[in-house]
Amino acid sequence: MINYIYLAVIFPLIGFLINGLFGRKIKNEIIIGTIGSSTVGLAFIISFGAFLQTLSLPVDQRANTVELFTWLSANGLNIKFAYLVDQLSLTMSLIVTGVGFLIHVYSIGYMHGDKGFWRFFAYLNLFIFAMMNLVLGDNFVVLFLGWEGVGLCSYLLIGFWYDKKFEKGTTADAAKKAFIVNRIGDFGFLLGIFLIYLTFDSLNFNEVFSKAQSLSINETTFSLIALFLFIGATGKSAQIPLYVWLPDAMAGPTPVSALIHAATMVTAGVYMVSRASILFASAPSIMMLIAVIGLLTALFAASIGLVQNDIKKVLAYSTISQLGYMFLAAGVGAFSASIFHVMTHAFFKALLFLGAGSVIHGMHEEQNIQNYGGLKKYMPKTYATFLIAALAISGFPGLSGFFSKDEILWYAYANGGFIFWLIGALTAMLTAFYVFRLFSLTFLGEERFDHHKVHPHESPSVMTIPLIILAVLSVIGGYVGIPEIFSGENGNLFEKWLAPVYEPAEQKIMHYGFHTHFQEILLMTISVILALSAIYFALYVYTKNKNIAENISLRFRKFYNLLLNKYYVDEIYDAAIVKPIVTGSEKVLWKFTDSFIIDGIVNGVAKIIAIISESIRKIQTGIAQLYAFIIVAGIAAVLLWIIFTL
Amino acid sequence: MNLQILLFVILSLIAAVSSVMMITRRNAVMSALFLILNFFALAGLYLLLNAQFIAVVQIIVYAGAIMVLFLFVIMLLRTDNEPSILNNNKSLKYFAIALGAFVFIQVAYLISYGRPSRKLTPNEELSVKVGTIQNIGKELYTNYFIPFEVAGFLLLAATIGAIILAKKKFE
Amino acid sequence: MSSIPIEYYLILSTFMFIVGVIGVLIRRNAIVVFMCIELMLNSANLALVTFSSYLGNPAGQVFVFFVMTVAAAEAAVGLAIIIAIFRNKMTVNIDEINIFKW
Repeated sequence: MINYIYLAVIFPLIGFLINGLFGRKIKNEIIIGTIGSSTVGLAFIISFGAFLQTLSLPVDQRANTVELFTWLSANGLNIKFAYLVDQLSLTMSLIVTGVGFLIHVYSIGYMHGDKGFWRFFAYLNLFIFAMMNLVLGDNFVVLFLGWEGVGLCSYLLIGFWYDKKFEKGTTADAAKKAFIVNRIGDFGFLLGIFLIYLTFDSLNFNEVFSKAQSLSINETTFSLIALFLFIGATGKSAQIPLYVWLPDAMAGPTPVSALIHAATMVTAGVYMVSRASILFASAPSIMMLIAVIGLLTALFAASIGLVQNDIKKVLAYSTISQLGYMFLAAGVGAFSASIFHVMTHAFFKALLFLGAGSVIHGMHEEQNIQNYGGLKKYMPKTYATFLIAALAISGFPGLSGFFSKDEILWYAYANGGFIFWLIGALTAMLTAFYVFRLFSLTFLGEERFDHHKVHPHESPSVMTIPLIILAVLSVIGGYVGIPEIFSGENGNLFEKWLAPVYEPAEQKIMHYGFHTHFQEILLMTISVILALSAIYFALYVYTKNKNIAENISLRFRKFYNLLLNKYYVDEIYDAAIVKPIVTGSEKVLWKFTDSFIIDGIVNGVAKIIAIISESIRKIQTGIAQLYAFIIVAGIAAVLLWIIFTL
Repeated sequence: MNLQILLFVILSLIAAVSSVMMITRRNAVMSALFLILNFFALAGLYLLLNAQFIAVVQIIVYAGAIMVLFLFVIMLLRTDNEPSILNNNKSLKYFAIALGAFVFIQVAYLISYGRPSRKLTPNEELSVKVGTIQNIGKELYTNYFIPFEVAGFLLLAATIGAIILAKKKFE
Repeated sequence: MSSIPIEYYLILSTFMFIVGVIGVLIRRNAIVVFMCIELMLNSANLALVTFSSYLGNPAGQVFVFFVMTVAAAEAAVGLAIIIAIFRNKMTVNIDEINIFKW
């Protein structure tokens, strides 16, 4: 099955072609939806088969390359279109196809009645195709192909309802913003790829990584490469400073937010850092930078999420915050922990988004949580699954989020230091708080909507069954990564499974001293207490005593406004970067350079020719003797030339 | 040799002066007469070059026939004398004269200081043998026979054309 | 012939030619312009005969023969044209017979 891994990439492409070309003719939504979902399902089955096959192989043979064809071959640069099937890529492809399949099924219900139904599934399939290329590629070029492809699909899907109003513009503006900000990151990524080629003379993962171990290259080169690659990661995975597109991306349909902006595309940056772990590990200063940025982003985004009133915005900032955790893990050298969190986050964040979609669907497109309340009795299944997801993300003991987040916090403490752990734990508390604020305001308490105008109802089973499956995964998904202190020697299967991928990097990472099991359990307990207290506080405030929240927001009015307006980052970017560029283009480049100089030159040439021909016209007088005169003058000139060349 | 040089100088002077006079006379008949004088001088030069046949043909055809034709037409058309040669377009005419002089200087320079492929020296016996009427006739009727016949046709065509162009129209 | 260098004949020929050119450019009477053209043809004849004599090649003189033939034909037809124009315009001043430019 490993050798047929390319089918897992081709099937979604076939789905895209069928739905894209013929979708308009096929009026039946069920057929379109089935085609779209089954291709991803088949891809999942193939990935799973490859996974089982890889499990049966001995550990040192678990990285296999499946070559398709030679893509570029030019003067020493040889790029093959090939897929690397190893533990890391299999994990990612399972997540992508598995969660993707569930979201496809969910979309059949969510997008019911939309006139662009076929277009939606075509784009979704195209996205899966690009994402699979990204995670399976065996060289930087195929990865970049997938990278750009998911960016394109993100643009297409954010602007799916292209004429719908969204905040200050339309959804098309949000899509443009996403694409452009991504592009800035991609520029850094490209510089990194160029530098990699210059340094290692190859772009193939195996060759580059083995050379990175064996050759002695100075640290500045590694730092530059790592820095550029990380810039690309900040664009795609929404870290500071390039995160501004993700809240705006909520303009797209909710399944898009779930799939692309929670589970898969935004984790591409984490995957890339993980894949190139040896390059990052060789640049300790950049690792520190990654950890710090990840941490700051986590705290920053969590603080914004505390006060937002749009249900999807809260989840968007939550995603940014959790991505910060993943980068924190990568930055301190815990690459397998970051991938673990990718997996669990995919489960519960997708679940949160799909649940939100269910609520939005049931509340007739209302998205302001201040207009929700008491929906528990109208949407029981959504309520239950949402609760499970909220507990998972808060780190409730025993659920998947608990294991992954605690592993990150532990490594932050062990490899990074106390301050990393402290801020991480604080952010975890904020996470629990805002999630349960969201939960309480939506499902609990009294109803704040007009019952006569809005009739909330539960979603059809095609939407609730994926919710239930994701809820189950959110519960049990963490058990593959139980730390050693609980499960003894066989513990943390996940880490062991991924370890061979990170072996080269592990050798280069410094480990601070020796830590005991006692410290681990102590820290775990503290973070559990913090999380539970935050949950309780949130539940109390938003169900029993909302005055507390209002009083605090009044007392710290300035700070509250700062948070509500997202620290005015968008406005700062607009004034400092966007406006100067637009004004410069308009005044200087357009008015002056284009109109005046270039058009002036082109029109000027024509004018000069007209003037010259006007004056030459006067020679044609019609007088034969003048012509004879000119002939003689010509003869004189020719004779002159002959004399001079004699 | 003295006689030759003397004759050459006299004849060439006559030819040069008469040509200049020809273009400066206001009266057309005077111009024609000076041209005839020029032709006679040329005929003399041809004789100096031992080109007997050509000299005679020059007088018969050019001075005798063509110039007579010119004189007939001038008298037939009885045009007024040209007011003055350099009347209008004075600047252009001065410029034309200057240009002509310039070209003359250039060609003279080329003739004198050019690098011919071989130096030509006068060859008495050869030139005598070449210029006789027998020799010319032999060449005409053997090597240059076709041009000879074509020239005949040309003259026929010219005759017909001249008649048609100049005759009075039937009313 | 014996001691006269060929350049003298050629320079004389050139002189006559240039005079003819100047005459063509300056004169206003059409018939006189024709005569200047005949002068130019004669200067070419002189050069041809000179070379023929100095080289001993009869081709030059045969060519002169044909040049004269052509000059005769051309003079005849040209004068006929002038007569025809005179009938219409009553003048042979080429400034007034300016029909190239309408």
